[in-house]
Amino acid sequence: MTFAQIFVFTLLSLLVGRLSGTRIRSWILFVANLFAVFWLQPQTSLRHFDFWFPTATIALIVLTWFIVRERSPLASEDRISLAAIVFLILLISLTRLLPRPLIIPTYPPQGQRIVITLLVAAGITAAFASVRRERKWIFPGMIVFIVLLLVVLKSETLQIGLSSVLRRALGQSPELASKVDITWLGYSYIAFRLIHTLRISAMSKLPALTLRELLTFGLFYPALTAGPIDRVERFVKDLRQSQMLTPGRFMQGGRRIAIGMFKKFVLADSLAILALNEIKAAQVSSHAWLWLLLYAFALQIYLDFSGYTDLALGIGAWAGIDLPENFDRPYLQTDIGAFWNRWHKTLTHWFRFYVFNPLTRSLRSLRTELPVWTIILTGQLFTMVLIGMWHGIAWHFIIWGLWNGAGLFFHNRWVLFHQKYWPLSSTWRENPFLRAIGIFITFNYVALGWVWFAIPNVDAAFDVMRKLIGI
Amino acid sequence: MDESEVEDSWNWATIIRIMVKAAGMFVVFNLIFASFDLWPSMAKLSVYNSIVPGRRRLPFGSDPQRSYNLTITQLDVMVASHEIAGEEKQPDEFRVLVLGDSAVWGFLLQPGETLPALVDAADYHTLDGRRIRAYNFGYPTMSLTKDLLLLSRGMEFDPDLIVWFLTLESTWRDNQIAPLVQFNPGATRTLILERHLNLNPDDARFSPTSFWQRTIIGQRRELANAIRLQFYGLLWASTGVDRYIPTAEAREIRELSVDLNYHGTLPGELQEDQLSFDVLSAGVALAGDVPVLLINEPIYIDESMGDGQYYNAAYPRWIYDEFRERLQARSEREGWTLLDLWDRLPSEAFKDSTVHYDAGAAKSLASFLAEYIYTLTAPAGNR
Repeated sequence: MTFAQIFVFTLLSLLVGRLSGTRIRSWILFVANLFAVFWLQPQTSLRHFDFWFPTATIALIVLTWFIVRERSPLASEDRISLAAIVFLILLISLTRLLPRPLIIPTYPPQGQRIVITLLVAAGITAAFASVRRERKWIFPGMIVFIVLLLVVLKSETLQIGLSSVLRRALGQSPELASKVDITWLGYSYIAFRLIHTLRISAMSKLPALTLRELLTFGLFYPALTAGPIDRVERFVKDLRQSQMLTPGRFMQGGRRIAIGMFKKFVLADSLAILALNEIKAAQVSSHAWLWLLLYAFALQIYLDFSGYTDLALGIGAWAGIDLPENFDRPYLQTDIGAFWNRWHKTLTHWFRFYVFNPLTRSLRSLRTELPVWTIILTGQLFTMVLIGMWHGIAWHFIIWGLWNGAGLFFHNRWVLFHQKYWPLSSTWRENPFLRAIGIFITFNYVALGWVWFAIPNVDAAFDVMRKLIGI
Repeated sequence: MDESEVEDSWNWATIIRIMVKAAGMFVVFNLIFASFDLWPSMAKLSVYNSIVPGRRRLPFGSDPQRSYNLTITQLDVMVASHEIAGEEKQPDEFRVLVLGDSAVWGFLLQPGETLPALVDAADYHTLDGRRIRAYNFGYPTMSLTKDLLLLSRGMEFDPDLIVWFLTLESTWRDNQIAPLVQFNPGATRTLILERHLNLNPDDARFSPTSFWQRTIIGQRRELANAIRLQFYGLLWASTGVDRYIPTAEAREIRELSVDLNYHGTLPGELQEDQLSFDVLSAGVALAGDVPVLLINEPIYIDESMGDGQYYNAAYPRWIYDEFRERLQARSEREGWTLLDLWDRLPSEAFKDSTVHYDAGAAKSLASFLAEYIYTLTAPAGNR
């Protein structure tokens, strides 16, 4: 989000929050979110795809809604929502007639193309709606589709391949295909929100949702670009009882916005100048400077990400929605397990719920009994590698995942060892000196892991690692 | 009282009161900033020469992420980042300030490869035993007025010799309002008025200096850049890099004019006033007792260019020859020390433009210059 976008969103939330009446507030949020998904979409070299990506996001949510909704005729509210979506998309298409692009970075495609695409999307949705939840394959089928799309968007090779195919179809030069062409705003977050929605719907735990509610959940503008990944049942509860903006809520949200702005635009952006990257790593003259650059990266990534979360929470609070916390002083934790309970919490909770727990459960229930440590090792490594791949399907992210998975596993073993052979009293555990050592070790272990995050070239990252630890 | 109770204790009147006070304080800070020139005080907060070593040349760069350097316009901040600002002059030091354009700054060179850096590294001593220490005060863009502006700041550091590289382009009257000059209108106007330069103190190209533009809001970009320069200081210290040089530099291509005009001036039309010798004169006067060595800098020469009517893409022969003659004559008249090195370097030494030479050429030029400075500092009988 740019400074201007944050400013507009804060004003919007202020307006929404001050409106009396939950219903009117939620309708305004619905329309604002639809605009926001177009407005926030970055420009792409693929012709008209800064229009098609947001449209596809909306279509995906609508399709999910048709899958998860209860079998009943469309309520008038949902019909109005559908009409509003079509109207808004057509309205944005009319910006083609303006002297310069508005809302999206380039001109949208011609109206007839949009109409044809909307008709095709409606046809697909109708087909799915007719099959719906009675068919057992529909939920896993949709989840697989969302995951496959995520895989394409996270793999550089597949991104370039897709870009090349699309460029050919659009009459653009396939030689210029680039991963940057496939910049689909917020898909990583939206995908996980939708997977969760489908999953709990399959478990019959999803409350009845209107289309407007699911779209607001999926596209909630403060959380569109950088999370947090909320749970639909929690979000909708908040949406239905959204709080009017009181002075206390204004101060609470305002404080988060101010802190977020300071973290992101002052601290993180300044540290970004120093943060470790491959070029700097090759240029620095000494070991100590390399550590400094690594620490700058560690702080920058935290302040950037948590700054965005603060902004999302503050803007959300003004609009009457309390989004979940995503960071809780992660670098001040005494062990890596505690770190991962406080770093990008909504993502790690998601993976724990949907990957780690089911995986370890299934390993435990195998006919051949496995030693506990192998179950834990497999679970930690597999989960952390997947978290790494969520950032991008590349070797450096996989190694980053393995590094953290290994850290979690060894910490787990260390705790058990202690409990068995060398139990510490609570006084010792709270000893400030021991705590400081724990924080120091944890921070440095995590920081060393960031080398893989900062340097995509695996050989170069290994070199940096060697230099850092002095071998 | 828990957090929610604290939050609920707020009311709109209090919030509005706080916001009005905050806005008032912000306005007051802006007024103070605009009313007093706080840049010199702020420049003292520089990380250079305190936390990190000073830069070997003035900050300049269009690719900060790779060069760990950026172009800023505030002279105080620029000078504070230079190594000269952190080095107390030693009794056994013979301090040389080298002025000039991007060739002196070292456009295609790393900081240790520039002409002043190599003169410095040559480790020459004057006959009275003082070590010749050269400081790079060159800065890209060709304008003698820009050099004069820098000289006026450089004099604070008590130089023993000024070496001033110039060329026809930097002498050309219309080029005088270079960006650094534009963005420092106050100091430039003082020079124009005090030194009676043939420049308009109200030139429309000077950046406006309205009250609004002097506020924090009005100068937010300059402030942000000054802060960014401090961060880049850490990278400068850790890498020693202050310039990203692309591997393939392409030679500039200009269309040669058939009528041999130079900035619209045709053969036989050159007026002395079109050459800013008054700025050189002001520089020599500003230096006072400090000797000034003027050097007509080496240029790229292509004998065949424009059927032999041009020395290079920038200079038709007629005007460059006339410029050299007039510079020579003026120097003799004024008693200036002039060294004409225009054809000192082979054409292969020039890479991307008329004046940007490579590291090898800088080395040969530096050894010549170091020797020359040594000779210059020797008593007349010992030369």
